[in-house]
Amino acid sequence: MNDKIKIVIDGKEYWTEHGKTILDAAKDNGVFIPSLCHVEGVKTAGSCRICNVKVNGRNMTACSTPVAEGMTIVNNHPELEELRKAIVEVMFVAGNHFCPACEKSGNCELQALGYRFLMLVPRFPYEFPDKGVNAESKYIYHDRNRCILCKRCVRTVMKDDKHVFALNSRGGEHIHIKIDTELASHLTEEEAQAAMDICPVGAILKKERGYYNPIGERKFDKQPIGSEIENK
Amino acid sequence: MSKPVLATTSLAGCFGCHMSFLDIDERILELIELVEFNKSPIDDIKTFTKQCDIGLIEGGCCNSENIHVLKDFRKNCKILVSVGECAIMGGLPALRNGIPVEECLREAYLDGPTVGLNTEKILPNDDELPMLLDKVYPCHEIVKIDYYLPGCPPTADLIWNALIALITGDELKLPYEVVKFD
Repeated sequence: MNDKIKIVIDGKEYWTEHGKTILDAAKDNGVFIPSLCHVEGVKTAGSCRICNVKVNGRNMTACSTPVAEGMTIVNNHPELEELRKAIVEVMFVAGNHFCPACEKSGNCELQALGYRFLMLVPRFPYEFPDKGVNAESKYIYHDRNRCILCKRCVRTVMKDDKHVFALNSRGGEHIHIKIDTELASHLTEEEAQAAMDICPVGAILKKERGYYNPIGERKFDKQPIGSEIENK
Repeated sequence: MSKPVLATTSLAGCFGCHMSFLDIDERILELIELVEFNKSPIDDIKTFTKQCDIGLIEGGCCNSENIHVLKDFRKNCKILVSVGECAIMGGLPALRNGIPVEECLREAYLDGPTVGLNTEKILPNDDELPMLLDKVYPCHEIVKIDYYLPGCPPTADLIWNALIALITGDELKLPYEVVKFD
């Protein structure tokens, strides 16, 4: 059986395979769809909504929608750009994103999207939440005020087949990610670094690692996020 | 035609944005030809002597004096520009926003590790001192701000490009490397 199917993104035809999501199919073809919660190879969460695209005229999240033969997808559109930018702005005001004082600055995907969308100031009032910081485990510093609830850590950071991070107080305004400090203390340095790297913002930091790369040599200092896909 | 008039101030900031402004280096000679300075730490004029065209605001609002100066700038400048992260979102001073003012003062003047000389255990209470606000506010939550230049500090090129665009009316060029939040 031939699994190859044809889809259309922004008026151009691309080949892809059954079973892929729009996000992955676009990526394979050098089209960048921004996303904060998606991790390749890990079960989709669909929580950040930044990968919104128009599929046959309807808004759908590219990370959770499988491709289908003849699908018409709009990715590059002023309305979508505005929607994505607004979501990024909401995330900036809903947390304490003090970029100059954050160790993740320059490697932060939320910040990088702010750059890509040329966010000069969020249109919403700042909330300055006080959700608490946990620095009890050996290698990990967990700042909930920076968390955007993408659940990447919940889905990927494991120790002895147990989840180190979990979603707490679902459904209410006090929803937050909780760290199992006991379990987190057993993480090796490499595992703690991997946890920091999986976090798109600076909510999970590895202790004693701050400002490792100098300004100018960080991930998003010279090239916008997504350019590695677009320039492939 | 007379030159556009420029005013600048530093509210709850560290003067880093003004330092970055001076990083335009020899272009400051060009700037002097293009604009006239009014109230600004750069020429040390303390009060507005005329209506200004452009006001550059560094720093957010952490006390009653900041609010007063900011409102004065709004009244006297046609265009206000928030320069730097502190003006835009409170910046480092806003790190205190999750902590009650009383706790901040107690830590700074009574219980902190460096308060040894404050033997009488008094909090600064002179009438001349401005009142601290409950938290640090971004400038655009106090008055209407027209433009924003992010960065900590914004690069000299960003400040220069923006000023030139405002003065000449040309489109502002924003290369990727120039707009950063840190």
